[in-house]
Amino acid sequence: MLLEVRDLHVEFKTRDGVAKAVNGVAYAVDAGETLAVLGESGSGKSVTAQAVMGILDVPPGRIAGGEILFKGRDLLKMKEDERRRIRGAEMAMIFQDALSSLNPVLTVGKQLGEMYEVHRGMSRKDARAKAVELMDRVRIPAAKQRVGDYPHQFSGGMRQRIMIAMALALEPSLIIADEPTTALDVTVQAQVMDLLAELQREFNMGLILITHDLGVVADVADKIAVMYAGRIVEAAPVHEIYKAPAHPYTRGLLDSIPRLDQKGQELYAIKGLPPNLLRIPPGCAFNPRCPMAREVCRSDVPPLYPVTESPVARASACHFWKECLHG
Amino acid sequence: MAEPLLEVKDLVKHYPLTQGILFRKQVGAVKAVDGVSFGLHAGETLGIVGESGCGKSTVARMLVNLERPTAGSIAYKGEDISRLSGRALKAVRRNIQMVFQDPYTSLNPRMTVGDIIGEPYEIHPEVAPKGDRRRRVQELLDVVGLNPEYINRYPHQFSGGQRQRIGIARGLALQPEIIVADEPVSALDVSVQAQVVNLLEKLQDEFDLSYVFIAHDLSIVRHISDRVGVMYLGRVVEIGTDTEIYEHPTHPYTQALLSAVPVPDPQARAHRERIILSGDVPSPADPPSGCRFRTRCWKARDRCAAEVPLLAVPEVFPSGPAAHPSACHFAAEKRVVPHVPPEGPGGGAEQDTD
Ligand SMILES: Nc1ncnc2c1ncn2[C@@H]1O[C@H](COP(=O)(O)OP(=O)(O)O)[C@@H](O)[C@H]1O
Ligand SMILES: Nc1ncnc2c1ncn2[C@@H]1O[C@H](COP(=O)(O)OP(=O)(O)O)[C@@H](O)[C@H]1O
Ligand SMILES: [Mg+2]
Ligand SMILES: [Mg+2]
Repeated sequence: MLLEVRDLHVEFKTRDGVAKAVNGVAYAVDAGETLAVLGESGSGKSVTAQAVMGILDVPPGRIAGGEILFKGRDLLKMKEDERRRIRGAEMAMIFQDALSSLNPVLTVGKQLGEMYEVHRGMSRKDARAKAVELMDRVRIPAAKQRVGDYPHQFSGGMRQRIMIAMALALEPSLIIADEPTTALDVTVQAQVMDLLAELQREFNMGLILITHDLGVVADVADKIAVMYAGRIVEAAPVHEIYKAPAHPYTRGLLDSIPRLDQKGQELYAIKGLPPNLLRIPPGCAFNPRCPMAREVCRSDVPPLYPVTESPVARASACHFWKECLHG
Repeated sequence: MAEPLLEVKDLVKHYPLTQGILFRKQVGAVKAVDGVSFGLHAGETLGIVGESGCGKSTVARMLVNLERPTAGSIAYKGEDISRLSGRALKAVRRNIQMVFQDPYTSLNPRMTVGDIIGEPYEIHPEVAPKGDRRRRVQELLDVVGLNPEYINRYPHQFSGGQRQRIGIARGLALQPEIIVADEPVSALDVSVQAQVVNLLEKLQDEFDLSYVFIAHDLSIVRHISDRVGVMYLGRVVEIGTDTEIYEHPTHPYTQALLSAVPVPDPQARAHRERIILSGDVPSPADPPSGCRFRTRCWKARDRCAAEVPLLAVPEVFPSGPAAHPSACHFAAEKRVVPHVPPEGPGGGAEQDTD
């Protein structure tokens, strides 16, 4: 396994108390595989990714437990300089907002070139040539002419390509893309997702795609982990989960997509709101919004039950997953 | 068909581009909206889709008289309202209200919810006499599904979805006939989006409202709209009923847009054909000659650069679902929304009823 997160806990100290943002997340991704992490805002998707990358805000954040195994070694036990080497060279991240993650006062050629100067010890001239090559690779038109331009001189879609180029520069084995197309229009989103998928295949990278868009997930993912209030509530191969979800939250999300045969009817809506992380309800965190909730859901935290082991591994954190799956 | 409630003709909005500080000189114009026409019938929902920068919000602001058109007309019940002023303008404005996109920035953080929703009565006291306002506001809170006791709370005490309900309550305060909703659910999470869409549909039935519903989420627009207009770079390129647009699009831009929408069904991967457009949208300050889409269109020929295509029913389609207005010299039908046999929780008939 390329990356395996085990029972990860992350907390934030806030004025009002300790916010438990990540409460025992476990997921894994292999080389050449795309794992989609799906969930609504505040469910802990980004914080988990920041912990994996080693860019968590500490303090106020704190990793309160767990393991993050990368190629079999626990990142949380490594020295900072070793982690720094891994970051960028072995794993890289793509953010939603390219404009604020690129340096506004450096040309894109300089920023791309720096990756090679710093990590590969290349001369400035060679690094610049590599930068042009990369820009070509992510299909930025007239790369040679534009290598001296600043980030703000590019459109949103082009900037996102430059970020992808930065992430790919050192040919990492793992890419984490945190809502990479959320700020983009659909036609541009299609261009960018196409490019990302193509490069992933070419370099046989593991890809963790963080998103709240069920359409994007269905389009590109091999497997999916659904997050709610800092936990994985369901994990499954993508085909299985869309066919028959084994958690009422997943089912609710799928049901709230407008369908053709529902025109003129009410959309299914999950009632209520996600919990305050300072006061996560006892038992199952989803119970106050769940149409299937019973007594045990209010008292006992459901473990991640194995749903099937083979031919595919599926799991659900619902006491009544069987009912959900078959009902 | 009856006369439309609202009829927009050749609407234009150009923002001047100036240079120089001492002697400001106009050096050009951003052609944000450049010849838009459509009608809105009573009780109808007209969806407007298109990518960012194509002029949707500018159209919305002109409809509610927040901005004056550079040219063109907006007729409300047959009367041009785009150049009214004073009392006449005030009277008309009451009937056309707006709901904004961002529930986080469009509400004044220092005003209570009661003051926000009741503010329109300051300008239109004839709708609710002073002594009656508190009761009215509480009624409105109830109508949009918020607890009437929240009247003295502040916006930051509410979630995004609740804030959008406050914005909707304010839009309803003057009992308008038309609501222009500019991306009202775009900033909300999936589960909350569905709640707000349901609310808007319920209110439409209850108060006989007509909606102009602007959004970039094409599946939500399809769900809520009777007709849909597709915009590109300041113009409407295609307009028709939801079935005409989604099932029988004839404009290449509509086809590319629809084909790019990710389908929430992994089985569709195998069935779909995606049209990937090359390049970026050109600047509205310097749009291409002829057809504005031609620089990205795979069908473009010489004629497209020379001649502006009109928004009209193409001659090649005398009847049938493809016979709706489309601004393309070479309009041709192409089905792009994949059809997958319904399966699984959302697609079948057994919607859960708990
Ligand atoms: N730097 C921080 N300080 C305090 N709380 C934080 C910080 N970063 C994230 N959080 C909290 O952690 C929770 C999960 O956040 P996040 O992982 O960003 O959610 P998402 O699923 O939307 O990516 C949120 O409730 C957020 O408020
Ligand atoms: N006040 C303004 N001054 C100059 N340009 C503007 C102004 N408002 C909008 N624009 C420009 O007009 C075009 C259309 O904008 P807008 O109507 O906001 O598009 P949409 O809502 O479809 O994203 C954009 O290019 C935008 O930059
Ligand atoms: Mg996030
Ligand atoms: Mg807008």
